[in-house]
Amino acid sequence: MPLVMIFYYAICVFIGAMLVWNFIREKKSLNDMLLYLLVLIPLVLRVLRIK
Amino acid sequence: MAVKMSNVWTIKSIFLVIVIAIMALGGLQLFKHRHYMMPIVAGPGVAKVVKLSDYSRGLKGTMADTNVFFLEGKEEGGKMLIMANTHANEPSALLAALIFIENAEVEKGTLIIIPQFNQSASRNTRPGDGYPLYFEIPTEWGAKKIRMGNRDASPLDQWPDPDVYIHYPERQLLSFIDVRNTNRTWPGRANGPLMERVTHGAIEIMKQEKVDIAVDLHGAETMFPVTNCIVAPDKSVRIATMASLTVKAREGFDSHVEPSPSGFRGLSHREIGDHSDTLPFLLEAPIPFLDQPTGPKTVKLLLDGKDPFLLSLSRKGKLFVPYDETGWPMEKRVGQHCSVVLELLKQYSRKSPQREIEVRNVPRYAEVVKNGVGHYYHDPKKADKDKVYLN
Repeated sequence: MPLVMIFYYAICVFIGAMLVWNFIREKKSLNDMLLYLLVLIPLVLRVLRIK
Repeated sequence: MAVKMSNVWTIKSIFLVIVIAIMALGGLQLFKHRHYMMPIVAGPGVAKVVKLSDYSRGLKGTMADTNVFFLEGKEEGGKMLIMANTHANEPSALLAALIFIENAEVEKGTLIIIPQFNQSASRNTRPGDGYPLYFEIPTEWGAKKIRMGNRDASPLDQWPDPDVYIHYPERQLLSFIDVRNTNRTWPGRANGPLMERVTHGAIEIMKQEKVDIAVDLHGAETMFPVTNCIVAPDKSVRIATMASLTVKAREGFDSHVEPSPSGFRGLSHREIGDHSDTLPFLLEAPIPFLDQPTGPKTVKLLLDGKDPFLLSLSRKGKLFVPYDETGWPMEKRVGQHCSVVLELLKQYSRKSPQREIEVRNVPRYAEVVKNGVGHYYHDPKKADKDKVYLN
């Protein structure tokens, strides 16, 4: 795997972790909770090398 | 929308379950599609099966590596390379290649067949266009299940895309997406992007095996002018013209000749001719499924090519092929590919008798239309295990 791909996957993991963290911290807005999870989907699928 | 503190974790848990369910349902289908292996039964002509990475080492261990079938004749002769699924969303190419692999008996010369040229693209899909993940061809022993791929290699295998793809070696600027399109990355290079390594492998086959003619099988939209045709550069045009005239006169279908543009780089019919001694041909059969103004992209449309919107456009004279209520069924497209390939072989053999290639037991257009495509496929469960190759 080229170095740039490794960076890319590392960035995906980082952003994914931030989204999960924000989802956990969110206490008020249902919209934001759902949006954090929806935005997380493609990142998880990419890190798992599914899509 | 605000939520009471006491309910937060309940709601979060519900959201989490829903999103995980969506992800699992979608992801599992895509995962299975990417890893589905289609069995191919090697016919009586197959002498050996090697990997494309044997000719392009950079493919070793990648999802782009693919099987190369060698069908060797009893006598020495010329050599033909057939490549299918350069674009893995044009399946008439693959189906025709499978007919050759499973049935052809070579009397003279050698046939080299790569049924899934862009292996990575065959494991990719286009969910935004609602592509089916698979389609089935009915046979006498059941349905043969085949992956429906995409035009370009999967970004899981080659990524990131550049802003502009700079073609090697001509340095022509091409669309960014063409870096994953194995009909723009010819002639390729050993250490280039993955798809350049794929085309490099094919060029190496042509050089090392001294291939005389190469045929790249495709499908094209009915609204695209370069459809139902043989694309050939100057060095191949005489044979292409003779093949075109013969199939028209003897078999009653049109496959006109289109000149290969010298200023448009990266295409097989251009670069193979310019970078090797091999004569290239690219065959296009119509595929209504790929046209933009159609109904849903269903398996039915893929197989029968019937669409009311295209019919309406046909009546307005907007299509480049004849089109009526019968659509453009898969049998016609595959039959055309079989006949044109056989005719190219015949015309080449006439022109170069010392490099003759003689192939038997491959059906022509009328037979494929009459018997159906599935008639020519063999049951992998009943075949000898050492004859079954997973692709």
